[in-house]
Amino acid sequence: MTAVLDADEASALLDASIAGTLPDKRGRFGPFGGRYVPETLVPAFERLEQGIARYLHTDEFQAEFKSELKNWVGRPTALTFAPRLSARWGAEVWLKREDLAHTGAHKINNAIGQALLAKRLGAKKIIAETGAGQHGVAAAAACARVGLPCRVYMGAVDIKRQAPNVDRMLRLGAEVFPVESGDKTLRAAIDEALREWVTDPANTYYLIGSAVGAHPYPYLVRELQSVIGREAREQMISMAGGLPDVAFACVGGGSNAIGLFYPLLGDRDIQLIGVEAGGTGDGLGQNAATLATGTPGVLQGSYSIILQDENGNVQETHSISAGLDYSGVGPEHAFLQAVGRVTYVSASDSEALAALEELCELEGILTALETAHAYAAAKKWAKDNPGKRILIGNSGRGDKDMPTLTQYPVRTNANAAS
Amino acid sequence: MLPHERIGDAIARANKEGRTGLVPFITAGYPDPAEFIRTLKAVAAAGDVVELGVPFSDPMADGMTIQRSSFVAIENGVTLRWIFDQLDAAGGKIETPLVMMSYLNPLLSFGYENLAKRARETGVCAFIVPDLPLEESDDIRAALEAEGIGLIQLVTPATPDARLRLLAGASRGFLYAVTITGITGGDAGLPADLASYLDKVASLSNLPVCAGFGIRTAEDVVNVGKHVAGAIVGSALVEVLERGEDPAAFLKSLR
Repeated sequence: MTAVLDADEASALLDASIAGTLPDKRGRFGPFGGRYVPETLVPAFERLEQGIARYLHTDEFQAEFKSELKNWVGRPTALTFAPRLSARWGAEVWLKREDLAHTGAHKINNAIGQALLAKRLGAKKIIAETGAGQHGVAAAAACARVGLPCRVYMGAVDIKRQAPNVDRMLRLGAEVFPVESGDKTLRAAIDEALREWVTDPANTYYLIGSAVGAHPYPYLVRELQSVIGREAREQMISMAGGLPDVAFACVGGGSNAIGLFYPLLGDRDIQLIGVEAGGTGDGLGQNAATLATGTPGVLQGSYSIILQDENGNVQETHSISAGLDYSGVGPEHAFLQAVGRVTYVSASDSEALAALEELCELEGILTALETAHAYAAAKKWAKDNPGKRILIGNSGRGDKDMPTLTQYPVRTNANAAS
Repeated sequence: MLPHERIGDAIARANKEGRTGLVPFITAGYPDPAEFIRTLKAVAAAGDVVELGVPFSDPMADGMTIQRSSFVAIENGVTLRWIFDQLDAAGGKIETPLVMMSYLNPLLSFGYENLAKRARETGVCAFIVPDLPLEESDDIRAALEAEGIGLIQLVTPATPDARLRLLAGASRGFLYAVTITGITGGDAGLPADLASYLDKVASLSNLPVCAGFGIRTAEDVVNVGKHVAGAIVGSALVEVLERGEDPAAFLKSLR
């Protein structure tokens, strides 16, 4: 396994990706991806893979999925022009409003899709991990919708900082299990969900929340989230009169980013920029900027870029946003970085907070702390590239972040002050 | 004899003496790195093969006991490199064949060729990699086999028969039969249908079969010993170390 590609390899792999032939049969995006799971789970992964092949792209499944997206999730989500932000930045800024989807973020697209699949596979119960709690809420809602019991694993640290979402999950009928081991955030929650799955693989469906993990999850999540980019592409053409010059999305595990970017890969004139959590600084443990500072390794089922020390132990991360606070990243993002199609940058905690305030003030949208990272990077880019048409994936709403945000004073009349 | 062949040999000798091969597991350097070699020698004297756990930050196939021991060992600076250096310092005084249990990432980070070389130099005869299915193992298996080091395959009650045959054929050293559908350190006891499962595994394997997960008592060792060649005792032994008790006395009670 080597993560370094020469120019010819990279170009051929990017063509394959745009042609829709990745991942390959072994779940690889070039060198990245694969399936590194305990032997107990191998039959469960094979069943899942066969189930996807049998159902996912059938007319019958797609009709039900699309109907649920339309009538229960509320899709298509709006594309919103941001006139005041555009004037401030000297750009033409458009927002793909996943915050308007049911339960308040893009996570629901994946959750309802996988819940429908789980039902067809005959699962008796669904397990899920959650970081910010958005996936936990989405999974709880989707399980209620299809009538399956739901158990959500959530790090003890995240339970504290995302308390409103914990209450929502419980009210939606899920059981929430605090994870006290490891880093007590998203990574530990995934480890614990995997342990639970290992104890009853035949009856359990693991509804993973991001484009991470072993094959076929990164593929499955991408397929279910690509609705974001397909809608945005059509809406840009019909509303903005053309495709954007650049698209931004925040990246933790990377599900909203792959959902937005994947349908735009073939439009090679669109620059694609993923934004990771820069935390409080560049040092190991101060951020979650996996693609910017990480190295190749195997974590939680796939070969990707991870934050690790020289002994291969995975490092703890820091971000103000629970949803980006993860030491790994989906293998397809590692791939898109390696072939040069997507650029990955980071925004710090304080830049994200400032961006969140600015969007509230100028457009009346309280965005999620995760999403605010995309705005912070877009603002910087706009300064260096004036007059461009910018698309931002507004992946979720910030109501869940109130416990964190109340720790920072409200800057009254920030507009006049700046 | 190749290094991985020493494992089957040691288990066969135990069986010849009328005993079930005993494979104790310890997390390397736990609870006190300064006591590592002393603990290892004591455990090696009481076991037929010793399984050494390399601590990892994300032990997803392990229960609380081995998770705790891993996190403590990492805190105390135990790394794969350190373990090899300690085994060097012990200067070949451990005659019991050693098997290393590690998740893949520390091995990947160390480099496979160097890993095989250091294993051969320090008496490590095989590796168990719980998050590495056979399909992803070509690179590491080739590097290890070049030095005569084995890659032990695991089978579980969820493994279909065709796959079980495939894994039995690919394994080196012994075949690891996971007794339960679950993680290490379970206290639910061994499953009722264990006998038929273990008999099936043993009948499909040319290598000695060692059963592991949930084996805690002399009675458990006797029970699995009726069906397979060896018994692996992990979490129960790590708990003994955690309580500061004598590992050798505990292992003698299992023989």
